[in-house]
Amino acid sequence: MADFINNIFGIGDSWVGYLIAALIAAVLILHVVAVGALLFIWMERKISGRIQDRLGPTRVGGKYGWLQTLADGIKLIAKEDITPDLADRFLFKIAPYVGLAASYAAFIALPFADGVVAQHVNTAVFFVLAVLGLEVFSVILAGYASGSKWSLFGAMREAAQVVSYEVPLGMCVVVPVMICGTMNLTTIGNMQAGLFTNWLVFNDPFTFLTAIIYFTCATAGVNRAPFDLAEAESELVAGFHTEYSGLRWSLFFMAEYSSMFVVSALASILFFGGSHGPIPVGQWIGETIGGTWGLNISRIIGVGNLLLKGLIGVTVMMWIRWTFPRLRIDQVMTMCLKYCVPLAALGFIGATTWQYLDLPTANSLVGNPRYEKHEMWTEGVEVTPAADASPASGIPDPEPHQEDKTANADSVTVKTLPVSVVKGGER
Amino acid sequence: MDLIAVAWPYWHQFFFIIFATIAIGFGFGVLLSKNVVRMAFYLVLSLGSTAGLFFLAGAEFVGAMQLMIYVGGTLVLLIFGVMLTAQKDFINMDTHTQDWILATIVGGSLLMVLLFGAFGAEDWRTPQDINDAHVSATKEATPLGLALTGIRVDTLGESTDAVADGKSGYLMPFIIVSFHLLVVLIGAAYMARTKKLSHATDDKSSRAKLMLFKMEHEEEPLEEAKYVVTHKGKSALNPLDPNDED
Repeated sequence: MADFINNIFGIGDSWVGYLIAALIAAVLILHVVAVGALLFIWMERKISGRIQDRLGPTRVGGKYGWLQTLADGIKLIAKEDITPDLADRFLFKIAPYVGLAASYAAFIALPFADGVVAQHVNTAVFFVLAVLGLEVFSVILAGYASGSKWSLFGAMREAAQVVSYEVPLGMCVVVPVMICGTMNLTTIGNMQAGLFTNWLVFNDPFTFLTAIIYFTCATAGVNRAPFDLAEAESELVAGFHTEYSGLRWSLFFMAEYSSMFVVSALASILFFGGSHGPIPVGQWIGETIGGTWGLNISRIIGVGNLLLKGLIGVTVMMWIRWTFPRLRIDQVMTMCLKYCVPLAALGFIGATTWQYLDLPTANSLVGNPRYEKHEMWTEGVEVTPAADASPASGIPDPEPHQEDKTANADSVTVKTLPVSVVKGGER
Repeated sequence: MDLIAVAWPYWHQFFFIIFATIAIGFGFGVLLSKNVVRMAFYLVLSLGSTAGLFFLAGAEFVGAMQLMIYVGGTLVLLIFGVMLTAQKDFINMDTHTQDWILATIVGGSLLMVLLFGAFGAEDWRTPQDINDAHVSATKEATPLGLALTGIRVDTLGESTDAVADGKSGYLMPFIIVSFHLLVVLIGAAYMARTKKLSHATDDKSSRAKLMLFKMEHEEEPLEEAKYVVTHKGKSALNPLDPNDED
């Protein structure tokens, strides 16, 4: 993209192009975060209203109250920014930004479609998990710096909960990584192209189990009900954000909603086909049109697919929130250690065995419909299969029996454990 | 030293200076701050920008590792800092003069070694060279993962001898470290247990628990149990009450 911009302005290999490219990516992601939060808060209110048999907001912006969040935002900006007397002022003021920065940074490596990603990160799964894990910092700092015991209680609960739930979450994420043989989210998404039977959630019963466990743990990891112990208002006033007001308070919520979207989008990439729809319409349209335009149009459709899947994930989280009662802290821990960890381990072992024994996948049961990857799809990211790497660079394919398995997904570019040399869009 | 003094600007250099400044600045913040929680927070920022340096160098796996392990580890430090020192009396730490002197000697000698290493390098690639040569690291964690499981893909072509030096990968150190960590974990759990059992004879509440436990199994009269419960001042009907651990 930087080269593209440099070509437009005719300034050669200059830093200006990189700056503009970086700014475009940053601003686009910022829009996903901010506009997403705007939409999600409205959605949350409407969904909670409908579930509780009332209407939700109806006044601002017409019948459906769709401008309600904006009105809330204006109200929050107008509110006084209060810092308590006992607070550690610096940490108190900086805590909301830490959380927002963490959940914003997770978007950097999140591919919205094949090649539509702010930065190609080869270990994207790892990166997203690592960065999302940092979000708990803001809660702990806020809880400590507020100088209030309610806040401190909430923060400690959050710390215990998030640190525990990262264990089964990591174990669940390993399963798609193991099946695809890569930590690159773009590749994992592309390997699920084609009919929806090729999605990893339908790969075998164990991946189905893993997907459910992943979603449960992700809900707990982003501190949503029924795991929202950190802000249990019946016991802790409002938990870690008791002392916050105005815009700083809303930043916590922006962070929460954007990380909800990140984990949902990650779930859809890892288990639910990524940017590929249930039926490969987008690719078909793109190939029919052909050329760069076709590629871009199918990418746009892919972005739409991923956003829709993320939205569905967020909606399910809201549905869960307004349906289930909040767990007690010991129940949260029991849920994690006695149920999620063993089930995640079972899913991992089962999926490994399934791969090793080469048992039939859902895709092979319906007659193995393939999606042949067209030449033009490999334009931006050049992936050389492991077989071609030969002894010169000395990289063999260590598990050749997996080749036919992954060939279902993608016959041209991706083999298991490929040596992919990613060119373009890097520098 | 052409490390910095070249034609401005290259974006690598720009971000290198930003990340390096943040890392060093907050490193000094850790040194000079007296508040435990702030120290931990500055340490997080310092380590995070070090991860930024790794990403800048194209070592994405190491960068993500840095975030996951070091920054995540500091998170636990922070949690303990908050948990154990949230009272006003303990939150500030004064460093003694002798500690300062010792730390200056140790840290200074390490810094000298690093500086000699850095300035002793014959030929630094300048940002200019890198920009011209389009050098970029292999953005691939697969060889690393294979090396950890015993296959050194980068040395496969060198020798046909199966047990040649450097061909077996890092499986052995990896396993040793894994087992070491496992031993540490089990040891920690064991020590936590032992402490509790050694107090069992003289600690009142533990004795109460033991009695309750005995009572449940031998069906002693109920009155005694009632006495135990009220004596403890809280509901001790469950001998494994999670709120009552030391």
